[in-house]
Amino acid sequence: MYQRTALSAVGALALTAGAALAQSTLTIATVNNGDMIRMQGYTDKFTEETGIAVEWVTLEENVLRSRVTTDITTKGGQFDIMTIGMYETPIWGANGWLVPLDDLSDEYDAADILPAMAGGLSHDGTLYAAPFYGESSMIMYRTDLMEKAGMEMPDAPTWEFVREAAAAMTDRDADINGICLRGKAGWGEGGAFITAMSNSFGARWFDMDWNAQFDTEAWANTLTFFKGMMDESGPAGYATNGFNENLSLFNQGKCGMWIDATVAASFVTGGDSTVADSVGFALAPDTGLGKRSNWLWAWALAVPAGTQQEAEAKQFIEWATSKDYIELVAENEGWANVPPGARTSLYENPEYQKVPFAQKTLDSILSADPTNSTVEESPYVGIQFAAIPEFAGIATEVSQEFSAAYAGQQTVEEALEKAQAITNEAMEAAGYR
Amino acid sequence: MARAVTNQRKMINTAAAWTVGLLIFFPILWTILTSFKSEAQAIADPPIFLFFDWTTENYSTVMERSNYGRFLWNSIFIAGGSTILGIIIAVPAAWSMAFVPSKRTKDILLWMLSTKMLPAVGVLYPIYLLFIQFGLLDNVYGLTFVLMLINLPIIVWMLYTYFREIPGEILEAARMDGATLKSEILYVLTPMAIPGIASTLLLNFILAWNEAFWTLNLTAAKAAPLTAFIASYSSPEGLFYAKLSAASTMAIAPILILGWFSQKQLVRGLTFGAVK
Repeated sequence: MYQRTALSAVGALALTAGAALAQSTLTIATVNNGDMIRMQGYTDKFTEETGIAVEWVTLEENVLRSRVTTDITTKGGQFDIMTIGMYETPIWGANGWLVPLDDLSDEYDAADILPAMAGGLSHDGTLYAAPFYGESSMIMYRTDLMEKAGMEMPDAPTWEFVREAAAAMTDRDADINGICLRGKAGWGEGGAFITAMSNSFGARWFDMDWNAQFDTEAWANTLTFFKGMMDESGPAGYATNGFNENLSLFNQGKCGMWIDATVAASFVTGGDSTVADSVGFALAPDTGLGKRSNWLWAWALAVPAGTQQEAEAKQFIEWATSKDYIELVAENEGWANVPPGARTSLYENPEYQKVPFAQKTLDSILSADPTNSTVEESPYVGIQFAAIPEFAGIATEVSQEFSAAYAGQQTVEEALEKAQAITNEAMEAAGYR
Repeated sequence: MARAVTNQRKMINTAAAWTVGLLIFFPILWTILTSFKSEAQAIADPPIFLFFDWTTENYSTVMERSNYGRFLWNSIFIAGGSTILGIIIAVPAAWSMAFVPSKRTKDILLWMLSTKMLPAVGVLYPIYLLFIQFGLLDNVYGLTFVLMLINLPIIVWMLYTYFREIPGEILEAARMDGATLKSEILYVLTPMAIPGIASTLLLNFILAWNEAFWTLNLTAAKAAPLTAFIASYSSPEGLFYAKLSAASTMAIAPILILGWFSQKQLVRGLTFGAVK
């Protein structure tokens, strides 16, 4: 009799626990890009395997950033998982706003995460976000136009070569611009590009005392070179072009070269591109000073401190950023469509090595070092950004001044003077100086 | 001769009105056209206007990816609820200001309107914290309440303007016939102000439908309306213009249809009292 009662109780408890598990729902905030949307399509498999339902909140990148920042700073608890980048992760981790991901399972193999990615998503050696995909930047160029220009792209070109090649490939009558680059205002748009480019010219945002460095020759050289090259060989209105505008131009055969995110490689060689068969890849250029102009970025999944579903959230992160997930995508959609740039094992896979842009993507990622991004010593971590909370606001304003210079509304010297004043003022107000 | 001039002027006026109308409508038309293009056609340069391979694939993708019905229902609930709630509060407020004014009435009206001048982001954190406290985040009732408060000054102002056009003697006559305050407002004032109330309802419904700051910041998965639905298709890294256009068309279609059918009422209400 007692045995039967005990069994019934255990059964009831198991059923209740099962029902509770089946009822748990994770709310995940994410950005709208190809890889993230693809992941949403496979979520049902996760639910089938675990009984955990998933609700997606997909937002535009800047809206998402402001939305999750509001929520995490007020402990609103709206999200169980947030998609954040390399800029936010170390800052939020340091503030105690994220759950450390230091207890992931052995099967997950956290050691397989590319060291550059793991480093950029950690604070004091603790991983706070798991990379879903990572990217650097590289040159994508038209092999046919390069050949027509009688030039050959080296694996690791200099800026001088790029400028020369851009001029040679430009054919205004045929609506072909030698080079397309981001000039659009915004710290994540033109601001990210020019900051990464400035590293290769020996510039930096701050000296070791957090003084702005826009009054240096290195910055003047960077901006003068950029504007000069783009005026000669860039598309009309490049001051307002961002990633999407340049992707559109490149896919329509209107750019000889495009230096941008490695993740774009799958777009320019994909079905929507009219030049998919004649695209080559090379490392982002340098000036021989020891730093290239490529950046490093990852979209990663993090668990906000205070979520009621920490265990389930970690379970999802393990699933979404696992080797098995990569294989699931490869099986259904081919190796060219798997989320790139996160795991070492992906680049050791012979199947993935056949993807034309795989090796250059890996080389670009491996050559980017967020902890040592500038020629002269700098006090910040980050390549196309400085990982301090004030940076996004300052860099947005600074990039607006730069865009105004590209558009001819002011001179390069005026833009740099204003950038210097804006940055020093903000850093003083924030107590750095 | 005079008649010929009048006809010519009429034709010019008509042509000018059509030109302005088409210019205003063009972005919406372009969005609708783009929603039927492929992603490659959507970014073609020079742009393709009408001669492209029409496809409904973007709509299928959007329907497959998003729970449109839930977004739509949330929009209807939030916009409808906040408008009705606002009208219930604003009718007596506007009545008192229009028919029983004090020397402070004008100041109160101006003060109410001045709250609209405050940038919304300035009060985001206090309201967010209050919503956390009351458990109202990602909740349609909370959002309905906030949107009602935001649009209340406009509702009161509009109703006040319409009520001022109604002769106070009619209400006095009703009072002399023994009408209570409730009867006076419900059975005398309201029927006379129907055009004004209807246009106020419509305009505030549209304002609430299109409101994007609060609806994006105070919702997540459950209470998100169509503004969040559109935002989910915007991307700085990837060409999704055709899908974004399909999502935008689906989001504006209900309000466009409502506006189309009620345009006479809307224009009548908006111009009510404008010319004496």
